[in-house]
Amino acid sequence: MARFTRGFSGRGALPRDARLPPGQYDVGKNWPVLTAEPTPRLDTESWTFTVEGLVQMPTVWSWDDIRALPGSVFAGDVHCVTSWSKLGITFAGVSVDTLLEAAMPLTAASHVLAYSYTGYSSNFPLADVSGGRAWVVWDVDGQPLPREHGGPARLLVPHLYFWKSAKWIAGLRLLDHDEPGFWEVRGYHNYGDPWLEQRYDGD
Amino acid sequence: MGIRRETATAKTIRIGLPRPSGHLAGQYYVVRLTAPDGYTASRQFSVASAPDGSSEVEITVERLPDGEVSPFLTDELRPGDQLEVRGPIGGWFVWPGDSPAVLVGGGSGVVPLMAMLRFARRNGTAHLVRLVVSVRGPEALYYADELPGPETTIVYTRHGPASEARPPGRLTARDLPAPPVGGLTYICGPASFADAASDLVVATGTSVADIRIERFSPTG
Repeated sequence: MARFTRGFSGRGALPRDARLPPGQYDVGKNWPVLTAEPTPRLDTESWTFTVEGLVQMPTVWSWDDIRALPGSVFAGDVHCVTSWSKLGITFAGVSVDTLLEAAMPLTAASHVLAYSYTGYSSNFPLADVSGGRAWVVWDVDGQPLPREHGGPARLLVPHLYFWKSAKWIAGLRLLDHDEPGFWEVRGYHNYGDPWLEQRYDGD
Repeated sequence: MGIRRETATAKTIRIGLPRPSGHLAGQYYVVRLTAPDGYTASRQFSVASAPDGSSEVEITVERLPDGEVSPFLTDELRPGDQLEVRGPIGGWFVWPGDSPAVLVGGGSGVVPLMAMLRFARRNGTAHLVRLVVSVRGPEALYYADELPGPETTIVYTRHGPASEARPPGRLTARDLPAPPVGGLTYICGPASFADAASDLVVATGTSVADIRIERFSPTG
């Protein structure tokens, strides 16, 4: 195997944006939609968000309830495992810390399974959705989150590959063990750090 | 490695592997290009060839004018070049081969569905699959010599061949077969096509839970 590909030089000598993890490129104004299931139509009248499992106070928020919580904004970059990154995007919603404060995790809780209305799921160590590193968001760049991007609300965990940020989020289940999610049982990396290129199982 | 033209903008590349691919119909490979300065660019490409136990797989690459990887693969790559690939990957958009399946593809989204059709024909189980592919016109159809058959329908959205009775126009529910009893419907294409097609498939009576979608995004 040659160490480089004959005839390939990449996009010329442009300086690389330091915000891009290895193997990623800037998708610019586009925002590709990659989803494995049909886009659901969720009615905010009946929408709820649940934190359950190993918590002292299992809690269910309605659409109005969750939007009445103290808000939180993330401005930064997201990185898709298929190699595009979207730089300088702003999401608004609520910090997962705020939701966990209400539900009060038990000391035995070590992991989280995020689950969606479609049956999709993704998994995390609890520490990765705590400490200002995860949000439930409903606005993007000042507009309501479009349905195809997970609206009315999606999870946002921007320090991991974007498949972890489950669209059409329905809740978080706190567990005392790791439970791999939808893609994690289908060959994708269990943790998914873009800076370590943890794309697939074995990376 | 062999390369052949599919359309004015797409080529099929046959890649020799060090071992049998072992892929399932619908899975993909990642192709990674490395520049002399160490810069790398990777993209995913669905396998078009059937699972056949061989050590070769075919991918079909649509050239995107502003792309980085696809123009290299369609314009620069020559038979005999070495290519770094990884796979097969993907365990969701796969047809196991033993259940009825409806396959709906838009444009280049036909690629993984072609692997399923070829797999069925190869196994003598073509009666299990129905493929509907939507293309602008005859010049945009991949696998034009091989794809047509009793189990396939080609829908032309802008202009069809003279022999085509259906007036050109977008895919409608009437172009689709009945839901596959005990099987799944696989939809592949650009996001806008996939969303429109999934609504139509639901209109034929298919349960949302029985639909699997692969959204192709033109990302270079």
